[in-house]
Amino acid sequence: MKLEELARQSSEWLRGSGPESDIVISCRIRLARNLANHPFIRRCSDTDLAAIERTLYETLQSEPKLQDVGYVNLKMLSEIDRQFLVERQLISREHADSNGARAVAIHPEEKFSLMINEEDHLRIQVMNSGLDLDATWEQTDAIDDVVEEHLSYAFHQRLGYLTACPTNVGTGMRVSVMFHLPALVLTQQIDKVFRSLQKMNLAVRGLYGEGSRAMGDFYQISNQITLGRSEKDLIQQVSDVVPQIIDYERRARDFLVHENQQDLHDRVSRAYGLLCSAQTISSEETMELLSSVRMGVNLGLIENLKIPTINKLFIHTQPAHLQKLRGTELDTANRNIERAHYLQRHLQQDGADAAENN
Amino acid sequence: MKCQQCEKPATIHITEITGPELDELHLCEDCGKIYLSQQEPASDSTMSPQFKLIEDADELAALQQQVCEICGSSFYEFRHSGRLGCPHDYVCFETELEPLIVNIHAATDHVGKRPKRGVNSSEQQVVLVRMRQEMKEAIEREDYETASSLRDQIQELEEQRKPS
Ligand SMILES: [Zn+2]
Ligand SMILES: [Zn+2]
Repeated sequence: MKLEELARQSSEWLRGSGPESDIVISCRIRLARNLANHPFIRRCSDTDLAAIERTLYETLQSEPKLQDVGYVNLKMLSEIDRQFLVERQLISREHADSNGARAVAIHPEEKFSLMINEEDHLRIQVMNSGLDLDATWEQTDAIDDVVEEHLSYAFHQRLGYLTACPTNVGTGMRVSVMFHLPALVLTQQIDKVFRSLQKMNLAVRGLYGEGSRAMGDFYQISNQITLGRSEKDLIQQVSDVVPQIIDYERRARDFLVHENQQDLHDRVSRAYGLLCSAQTISSEETMELLSSVRMGVNLGLIENLKIPTINKLFIHTQPAHLQKLRGTELDTANRNIERAHYLQRHLQQDGADAAENN
Repeated sequence: MKCQQCEKPATIHITEITGPELDELHLCEDCGKIYLSQQEPASDSTMSPQFKLIEDADELAALQQQVCEICGSSFYEFRHSGRLGCPHDYVCFETELEPLIVNIHAATDHVGKRPKRGVNSSEQQVVLVRMRQEMKEAIEREDYETASSLRDQIQELEEQRKPS
């Protein structure tokens, strides 16, 4: 699999299609699975890890339904390439940083990735833009069935699928939906919303975020409980709160438009101006400004800019992506310069294209 | 900041008052949940700040001695790392894990998908894991004869379990 080709295409999870795509970005379902006859990762020797990796590799190779996946051996990959896969959400940070035999199998359009020897032997994750959780579950379920035809999963009659961490035991399933919530952040209501979600046993995570502040105001909401509820119930539990969150964000946007129109317009225009003219800019600042611009376009405050362009810029301006697209390694200072140039080129080009079409 | 028990980012920060000193704990979501679920049951609604991971020295000693017969991992190691050693740990540490699982999931029984092929008995799984362990040890001490005979037995067992 050529990572350079991936770099140019838009990630499925950031394609931003589907209803209410100004707020709901994408959804994802992950299943944690382990092979019955091997220890969990923590007790695995290098030989064990290699054996598990081989077993799963051969399974994928021999399965016609999984034939078109790209198999990437993480142990052989450079740090930039691993970082690149993290930025595209195809592997986790822990998976990138750990040691020993490990790999990821990637669907050519990035609709799913199979992480091998992450925290569990196998993690199946399926991603779709928009909010089609039922279709996402169907795809996940089908991949799980296909893999299971070839090998035995660690399964307990009463406890279900056995996982390295008891927080995932049972279904081994994590259902998540990603939102763009800039107005809730701006009006400082986001913490209140999260506290109420936590009371409902839902977890909130920021995109790439460490700590509470999310990068670019992207937030992922997912189930915490995995045992004692069916997969359908877990999907329902997460789906149920989606309209509510959309409603909160819409109200916050309405409030900004009606009560704070001038400040909002100023904020959005400044963000756009900075992105178009900065000579050097960090990844954090870029995400923050792009978030304001994205909301501005969705509220009709900026014309001549397309949402897919902005979505793409969120990911293309990440450190490893910039370097892959440029085709060379860059230190932080040079990345900040390259990022500023990249933004200028793409924002101006998009503006020009849109003007022509008018 | 990284979790003190694993490599994930720490998102839960706990200040523990166990004696004259304050202990700061920085844990990831999973390790934090495991940690908090080991507190006294939530029945007394006011959360006691005195989290006691291990009741007393005797209990600690007992925990350290109890080891999974398959992977050799102790329950103490699980408490320390937040990750189990092998699937059989769920069976051999069942008593210790149960309250923790109930605290995390508010449930004791799986509902939902099951492997289609029918699960081979957990005894059979145990036997296979143990045989693999023995094979590994045989290879380590360069006893290739034992190792290859074990390998054949493992293959035979696995062959039997393939879906028809
Ligand atoms: Zn941790
Ligand atoms: Zn074990």
